[in-house]
Amino acid sequence: MDGIFLQQLINGLTLGSVYGLIAIGYTMVYGIIGMINFAHGEVYMISAYLSAIGLALLAFFGLESFPLLIFGTLLFTVCVTGLYGWTIERIAYRPLRNSTRLAPLISAIGISLILQNYVQLSQGARQQGIPTLLDGAFRFHVGEGFLQISYTKVFILVAAFAGMAALTWVIHCTRLGRMCRATQQDRKMAQILGIDTDRVISWVFVIGAAMAALAGLLITLNYGTFDFYAGFVIGIKAFTAAVLGGIGSLPGAMLGGLILGVAEAQFSGMVNTDYKDVFSFSLLVLILIFRPQGLLGRPQVTKV
Amino acid sequence: MSVPLLEFRNVDLHYGPIQALRQVSLHVDEGETVSLIGANGAGKSSLLMSIFGQPRASGGQILYRGEDITHKSAHHVASGGVAQSPEGRRVFPDMSVEENLLMGTIPIGMAHADEDLRRMFELFPRLEERRNQRAMTLSGGEQQMLAIARALMSRPRLLLLDEPSLGLAPIVVKQIFQILRELAAGGMTLFLVEQNANHALKLSDRGYVMVNGQIRLSGTGEELLGNPEVRSAYLGGH
Repeated sequence: MDGIFLQQLINGLTLGSVYGLIAIGYTMVYGIIGMINFAHGEVYMISAYLSAIGLALLAFFGLESFPLLIFGTLLFTVCVTGLYGWTIERIAYRPLRNSTRLAPLISAIGISLILQNYVQLSQGARQQGIPTLLDGAFRFHVGEGFLQISYTKVFILVAAFAGMAALTWVIHCTRLGRMCRATQQDRKMAQILGIDTDRVISWVFVIGAAMAALAGLLITLNYGTFDFYAGFVIGIKAFTAAVLGGIGSLPGAMLGGLILGVAEAQFSGMVNTDYKDVFSFSLLVLILIFRPQGLLGRPQVTKV
Repeated sequence: MSVPLLEFRNVDLHYGPIQALRQVSLHVDEGETVSLIGANGAGKSSLLMSIFGQPRASGGQILYRGEDITHKSAHHVASGGVAQSPEGRRVFPDMSVEENLLMGTIPIGMAHADEDLRRMFELFPRLEERRNQRAMTLSGGEQQMLAIARALMSRPRLLLLDEPSLGLAPIVVKQIFQILRELAAGGMTLFLVEQNANHALKLSDRGYVMVNGQIRLSGTGEELLGNPEVRSAYLGGH
């Protein structure tokens, strides 16, 4: 194996773990109400702005240690972004719960446009950025060349996997997680058992937004720049990852994200950077042709 | 006179243009076992589900302990102490048996969970053997037991059972009715919907017969068992 392959593998895993975090929001919302949250990309974009604002605020108040700064910003970003997720469900989904399936899709697209324009107006259309917070990298010699893994990338990988592990624990081992799964499997029965399913659905939007917020903070740390339109492409990519892994499946979203990230990075490294998006979407087309339910999804069984 | 635990007052129910219930009035007193029998499509399951507002009654009143619950949310009704083992069992297919049982504790919290789990495993030893298996892998009879046990996990004041004998082997039906008899003897209030009139009426203090969305007959279990109309329609004439 040569250096470029390994280097791109690391880059791809880093990018992919962040795709996975955002894909979780798509897959959980789809799992519980059977609809795609088209405003989710914008939730991510908002969280990128919020993490920059959070970092600036905390730095302004004289907080200098990196762990505290990151932890404080994460807390701030997750809470405020979660509030956005909750509000989106309240405004765009709940009033339309018993209407046609298309109506909430359209209202979510509306919310997405509103958020883009609101950020453009309030924050300006120019690209914004933050300085690098975590300098330096590990270097390894591999054959002729060398492998470089920045501390930021290591941090992203660790944080993203910790986020996914925490979420998996919540879904599998807590009362809230059981309530989410029950609502997903049979909403009517969940209500009969005393579950306030509206509240559970709100929680799912909040959890999805919180995961996107973690992703927003991590990507901001890595690239340092973002603009009001940043949610669109990443949103589509994460959605692709969710479909790739099997929409509705939580491990599927994480796996789909990692595969998409690695595939994209390898393609950029070995073939061409300009066509990396073409490559990822071709991958999606192939998966949809040969395994329409996605990698870990279950085929839809229609009862006759 | 004391207030009945559950009371239907002139309840109508529609699915679009189709009327499923017509002026239904009935009541279940605390501690009683009452069954509602009738043919397929008579409206029995609709009646049970209307207690949870799914679908909602279009006319009349449904009262639980004197409170009008006709327009209350399903989770409000459940947290008041009503539990249902519904038509089709509706266990959560991707959850383990134990997780399914824990879903029953939503209205009362986890305080009694361990104790009640043990009690359910004593009542239904088959469930203990299958404890960590996913519910979709259970047989029909085991799923029925799971649905009843899940309902019992909320320590309900009123247990609603929708056709617990449907599609089960006679020996399993016998087991399930034996357990229901024990529950009734322990003082629990049961409201049972059945096509299997023989088993149901033998178990019940009182019964109602439903035909085309209306209550046709009512009486004690024995009266109905002896009624010629009931015998010819629901007991195959013997």
